[in-house]
Amino acid sequence: MTDKPRGIDPRMAGFNEKVANDQRIEPKDWMPDAFRKTVLRQMSQHAHSEVIGMQPEGTWITRAPSLHRKVVLLAKVQDEGGHGLYLYSAAETLGTSREEMENALHEGRAKYASIFNYPALSWADAVAIGWLVDGAAIVNQVSLQRTSYGPYSRAMIRICKEESFHQRQGYEATMVLARGSKEQRAMAQDALNRWWWPSLMMFGPHDSESAHSGQSMEWKLKRESNDVLRQRFIDQTVPQAEFIGLTIPDPDLKWNEECGHYDFGEIDWDEFKQVISGNGPCNKQRLAHHIRAAEDGRWVRDAMHAHAQKQNKREVA
Amino acid sequence: MNKQALPLFEVFIRSKRGLDHRHVGSLHAEDPEQALDYARDVYLRRSEGVSIWVVRSANITASQESDVGSFYDPMDDKPYRHATHYKLPKEVDNM
Ligand SMILES: [Fe+2]
Ligand SMILES: [Fe+2]
Repeated sequence: MTDKPRGIDPRMAGFNEKVANDQRIEPKDWMPDAFRKTVLRQMSQHAHSEVIGMQPEGTWITRAPSLHRKVVLLAKVQDEGGHGLYLYSAAETLGTSREEMENALHEGRAKYASIFNYPALSWADAVAIGWLVDGAAIVNQVSLQRTSYGPYSRAMIRICKEESFHQRQGYEATMVLARGSKEQRAMAQDALNRWWWPSLMMFGPHDSESAHSGQSMEWKLKRESNDVLRQRFIDQTVPQAEFIGLTIPDPDLKWNEECGHYDFGEIDWDEFKQVISGNGPCNKQRLAHHIRAAEDGRWVRDAMHAHAQKQNKREVA
Repeated sequence: MNKQALPLFEVFIRSKRGLDHRHVGSLHAEDPEQALDYARDVYLRRSEGVSIWVVRSANITASQESDVGSFYDPMDDKPYRHATHYKLPKEVDNM
């Protein structure tokens, strides 16, 4: 045939139309390779963040100041493991395997949120994480409930239902410290000083600098830009800090009457780049711990496998 | 003549893109493809959905209410898993 119709692939047209009409893309739908790659990278990165993110708070489970705080922290960290599971299985709908994602993490081919490369030095840090880091994650995840990849969107909806408790327990415990002794108040302020800027970095580079953002917004994988989400987090968190008498460590922070938002100082992007490229305070420790946990648990998986095989043999016999 | 009953399949329908598949019922069919055809005829006559899953009922492993009580334990002794457990002053309560 000579007069084969030219122009856009009809499958691509169908995909674009679904996205344009705010329909979700489902696993068995045709999708462009670049979309598949991008959503896979984003979901695996998100899943790794949930799981690696268990570590900084996890170190405080045995040292929490009371039985109540201990069970709360345990429940919270357990939730994060579950969030990792929701996201890994959502990513597996794209035909990759859990093993491949874990290998990529261990070999440094996959990233996770750079904030988890900072240490939780005191009890105040452990709870500041709930308030600030989960607070920032919620802003991002609420927006992602409307992401265009169906399984990702459903995982986000499930996760958001569980997140509110994370932030509230962190804020409530921070409030107790901020209203406590002079030393406790100083601890809470110190934690805020160290976690504030890394929390703002969680939203990623400025829109003008963000490599993947434009395409992700077009595909509606991302629904709101890094800067819009960051501003929303700042606007809701500043009054929370003020309410308990803590000071945001930013001399340029100022309410801007005209636009109805807080102005804030410049983020240290050199630090961000250093941490994300492997040179943060705990990068090596986080990965080493993850690898060790996988290896330490291997005998359990081996034993379960051996047992299942024995059962199978018995059934066949 | 084959007197054996056709195997049973469970049918799940996604009513709209973006939503989970939900169980709607079951039917008998010779194989999965036929089950899919039947499911379309039985459960999708009024554009109830955009996607169907069928799975052999025999392949479903189900828990029993009686023997695994802990599956359904509402965990009422763990109220701290709920956001409402953390009382905050009204000025900062919207988180
Ligand atoms: Fe989470
Ligand atoms: Fe969380």
